[in-house]
Amino acid sequence: MSDPVSALNGASFTGFATIREIGPLGMISLRHKGGAALTKAIKAAVGTKVPAQRRIEIKGEMACGWMSPDEYLLILPYAKVGATMAALAKALAGEHHLAADVSDARAVFRVEGAKAAEVLAKLSPVDFAKLERGELRRSRAAQVAAAMWAQDGGFTVVCFRSVAGYVMGLLIHSAQPGSELA
Amino acid sequence: MSTRLAKGGRLIDRTAAVEFTFNGKRMKGFAGDSLAAGLLANDQMLVGRSFKYHRPRGIVASGPEEPNALVNLGREARLEPNQRTTTTELFDGLEATSQNHWPSLEFDVGVINNYAARFMPAGFYYKTFIHPRPFWKHVFEPIIRRAAGLGKAPTQGDADRYEHAYAFCDVLVVGAGVAGLLAAKAAADTGARVILLEQAPVLGGRAPVDDAQVQGKPVEAWLSAMEADLAARDNVTVRLRTCAAGVYDHGYVLADERVADHTPGDGRPKHRLWRIRTAKVITATGAIERPLSFAGNDIPGVMLAGAVRDFAVNFAVSPGDRTVVVTNNDSAYQTALVLKAAGLEVPAILDARDVVTGALPEAARKAGIRVLTGHAIASVKGGKRVTGVSVCLQAGEGAVTEEIACEAVAMSGGWSPVVHLYSHCGGKLNWDNGISAFVPDPMRPPLNHDGSAMVECVGAANGDLDLSGTAPAIPPVWVMPQGAPIKLRLKMWLDYQNDVKVSDVQLAAREGYMSVEHTKRYTTLGMATDQGKLSNINGLAILADALGSEIPQVGTTTFRPPYTPVTIGALAGESRGDIFQPLRRTPMHEAHERAGAYFEPVGLWRRPYTFPRAGETHEQAVHREVVNTRTNVGLLDASTLGKIVVKGPDAGRFLDMLYTGVMSTLPVGKCRYGLMCNEQGFLSDDGVVARIDEDTWLCHTTSSGADRIHGWMEDWLQCEWWDWQVFTANVTEQYAQVAVVGPNARKLLETLGGMDVSKETLPFMQWADGTLGGFPCRVYRISFSGELSYEIAVPASHGAAFWAACTQAGKAFGAMPYGTEGLHVLRAEKGFIMIGDETDGTVIPQDLGLDWAISKKKADYLGKRGQERSYLASPDRWKLVGFETLDGSVVPDGAYIIADGTNANGQRNTQGRVTSTYYSPTLKRGIAMGLLKHGPTRMGDVVEFNTVQGGTVKARVRDTMFYDKDGEKQNV
Repeated sequence: MSDPVSALNGASFTGFATIREIGPLGMISLRHKGGAALTKAIKAAVGTKVPAQRRIEIKGEMACGWMSPDEYLLILPYAKVGATMAALAKALAGEHHLAADVSDARAVFRVEGAKAAEVLAKLSPVDFAKLERGELRRSRAAQVAAAMWAQDGGFTVVCFRSVAGYVMGLLIHSAQPGSELA
Repeated sequence: MSTRLAKGGRLIDRTAAVEFTFNGKRMKGFAGDSLAAGLLANDQMLVGRSFKYHRPRGIVASGPEEPNALVNLGREARLEPNQRTTTTELFDGLEATSQNHWPSLEFDVGVINNYAARFMPAGFYYKTFIHPRPFWKHVFEPIIRRAAGLGKAPTQGDADRYEHAYAFCDVLVVGAGVAGLLAAKAAADTGARVILLEQAPVLGGRAPVDDAQVQGKPVEAWLSAMEADLAARDNVTVRLRTCAAGVYDHGYVLADERVADHTPGDGRPKHRLWRIRTAKVITATGAIERPLSFAGNDIPGVMLAGAVRDFAVNFAVSPGDRTVVVTNNDSAYQTALVLKAAGLEVPAILDARDVVTGALPEAARKAGIRVLTGHAIASVKGGKRVTGVSVCLQAGEGAVTEEIACEAVAMSGGWSPVVHLYSHCGGKLNWDNGISAFVPDPMRPPLNHDGSAMVECVGAANGDLDLSGTAPAIPPVWVMPQGAPIKLRLKMWLDYQNDVKVSDVQLAAREGYMSVEHTKRYTTLGMATDQGKLSNINGLAILADALGSEIPQVGTTTFRPPYTPVTIGALAGESRGDIFQPLRRTPMHEAHERAGAYFEPVGLWRRPYTFPRAGETHEQAVHREVVNTRTNVGLLDASTLGKIVVKGPDAGRFLDMLYTGVMSTLPVGKCRYGLMCNEQGFLSDDGVVARIDEDTWLCHTTSSGADRIHGWMEDWLQCEWWDWQVFTANVTEQYAQVAVVGPNARKLLETLGGMDVSKETLPFMQWADGTLGGFPCRVYRISFSGELSYEIAVPASHGAAFWAACTQAGKAFGAMPYGTEGLHVLRAEKGFIMIGDETDGTVIPQDLGLDWAISKKKADYLGKRGQERSYLASPDRWKLVGFETLDGSVVPDGAYIIADGTNANGQRNTQGRVTSTYYSPTLKRGIAMGLLKHGPTRMGDVVEFNTVQGGTVKARVRDTMFYDKDGEKQNV
């Protein structure tokens, strides 16, 4: 079998901020109405607590994001997805839930640099000055859905795989040297 | 002659000369000049021609209200029409050309309209071109359109880039004059996040020109202290060159930042459109001076008094050696004093008021300027520039008492607060008799969600025209002289750009126009690119007078965004070229590009239509792909197919409601074709459903239906059946899906190896998990072509590699990729329907002979009740049948089946239409499906389809299964 290839194969661009497509990254969409079993399953899967509304809990290379009142996004190394899916199935057996591997359905970008927020402020109606640590926004980048959060001194942006090229184009356009907002 | 003064000019840098051209003529200016200042400094008083009469036009104003001095700026890929010279910053190499003239600005043929002016009154176009009716579309409109429009539309793509940006604040202050600066500081003091927008490149508004002191300090010192104060605050953002264009509900404001208009080609975005969300808007947008209506007030050299002052103080530009000032208020006296101080002559100040005693008039008298109270201008002398004025009594009818030679006229008819932004969302105005202007009514502002005022006006925008806080008295002077006869009124311009005169508005009133909105459109008053910033109040005052009504009763026209024009480029922002719209690519997209695929849009996806080879037409390529798939094996990228997981204890019940058939009874490991309808019963989507485990199903949808159907499922689950235990997940993009189709399909998969795909282990309409060629996959044995067919889903990250592996393994078996058109032909040969071809939102499954896919046993499903309605249950509906043309030709796309007679509109009656029509390379003839009245009972009948060229194509009605009726090929 070949190695998994991310949508843009790690494309990058350096403007007034740095743009990198990263991945492939393991992602599991987990739907569940909540409760002790969910808390335990998430802890076992990615080592975090259940995130509160609009939050993301990050622990090393793993994370769990709140996506809706009954939907969570588990983030983990790509290679661990299979085992984690099996573990979730076991942990939540008998519970009404749905766990879907969406690792390949997404493209993930890192936007880094002192003015990284200015790149995103051109594309998303998000008040970055008030974006809290550990806050996850499900918003949009220009015309497509995008989720984003601050992490490691930059931002992680997630979009659908099929529009990775479009989003890369947006980020390159927005990070052009000389177009800083402040 | 207008010229540059030897001294002064607070905004220009005399050490930084810049060169620019106007109509090819080289001119010199300084850094800091506006283009208008640069033109005047070079004695270019004639800058354009008016719209209708092609009258000579000069610079009137000094700001965004300028109606006349619009130019084509730049050239080729940087050509921008209708650019206001007064707000265009001068830069080295700027190229401007004047507009609306032919063959030249100095000698313009269109000016003949001027001499015919009496034949082109208000509503001229409506009156003249109404008969004969067909002439409007074919004769009049094209001619008028060619004559219309001031600037040249660019013919090349825009060389510049644009972008949007989002911003958030508690208080947005618009306008950085004294009032705006104070408001920003006050808001910042409370800790609020403040954004301060200023359309000019500098702070200060009118104060540096009009006021010596602010809060007891010299104005320049006060300004620099304020600027430093705001700059030092973290919670204040000041944006220069940024014009708030529109205010919308919920504190949403659009603002246009002219980032690089003055530095073209430096790589920065030309404009940036700010999309600001604020809790409160404070408009400190100042006031705009009004012209006076006297005969000849449009001759180049007649300017607003404030503008004359601006040009003199800011840019050291003299409008001429001798300037006559004409006014109804004190502010214009400042202009006289400024000019006098600059060593220029002011032969007279003509003041319409009888008694004038204010401090400024006294200062003027003291400076030795002759002040004529109760006087007016009877007419301005000159053609392409002012040569003098005839003076008369304001109270009279224009008998000339005196003639004064001059080069310029500085006029002031009072000041109108800029209430545009306040009014965009419904803020109401009151008429203020003291200053003869509309001012915001603080009791009726536009509201926020909580009932608080969304927009507050401060300073001159609120009617506080003087920094002292004492409102000046500005009496109404709408016509000069008040008893002017028609001969003079015919020469009194209200709207300079659109050539609307006092006489036009009065004529409209006589013809019965009472509403200001109707009068505006009939006369075109205020409909030019300046949107009546100078003309509106004067125009409605004339209308009120003509109607014998009061101004408040007549009211204003509606203020709509944008305040000043925003270019399409700024509105489009980043959305151009490669990122004009999102383009969805499958994991195999690049491989298809390398293979020379010709793509077609499917929603936002781009799918290969066909893979043409050298020398092939697309049609030939499609035929080759179809034949190869039927005889060898074809590969289709089916990744775009929608894939939705539905799971939970109630999932079976849920799917039984969504689909017309029964999905709950589908055994694990098997597949079933299903139809979805909307509540009306109309067919909405179709696809194959696979039962994954006891409580999990995977629903395939059409490519364009994936998001819609997922939303549809969630809608029912969240809003109607919220207590059902069902979860869904749209996993469309998780998988790359490859259809391996044709007699050699199994051999190809066996070459890849890894799992048993034999007929026994994996029969038709079943699925299995496994590996092929080392790729983890799920294989569905389903067919949309009638051939032996497998659809193989692999994780998208392996999609490109798997496609390559299939291509490689297929070489020995004659594998070729095929595109969407081949897919269509293959399915049509088998009589399979396509959502969007056989359906159009008015078709129910029963129309398509799909009764077999509708459960008779189920109590309910979405659409069942709708389908029972008499019209949908009628036996007279058009129903799906197949057609074979008698001559083997292909029925034209979209053709109707004609019936006898004509309808009430004289159109031929119809009895059906084609839904799919192709040349079948397999059968070597045209085949078609279509809807025909009583179709299934008319087998063997011959019907006629109309054609685009005229005439008809005869076709025989038959069943829809053109190929392999018994399904032997797919079931091997």
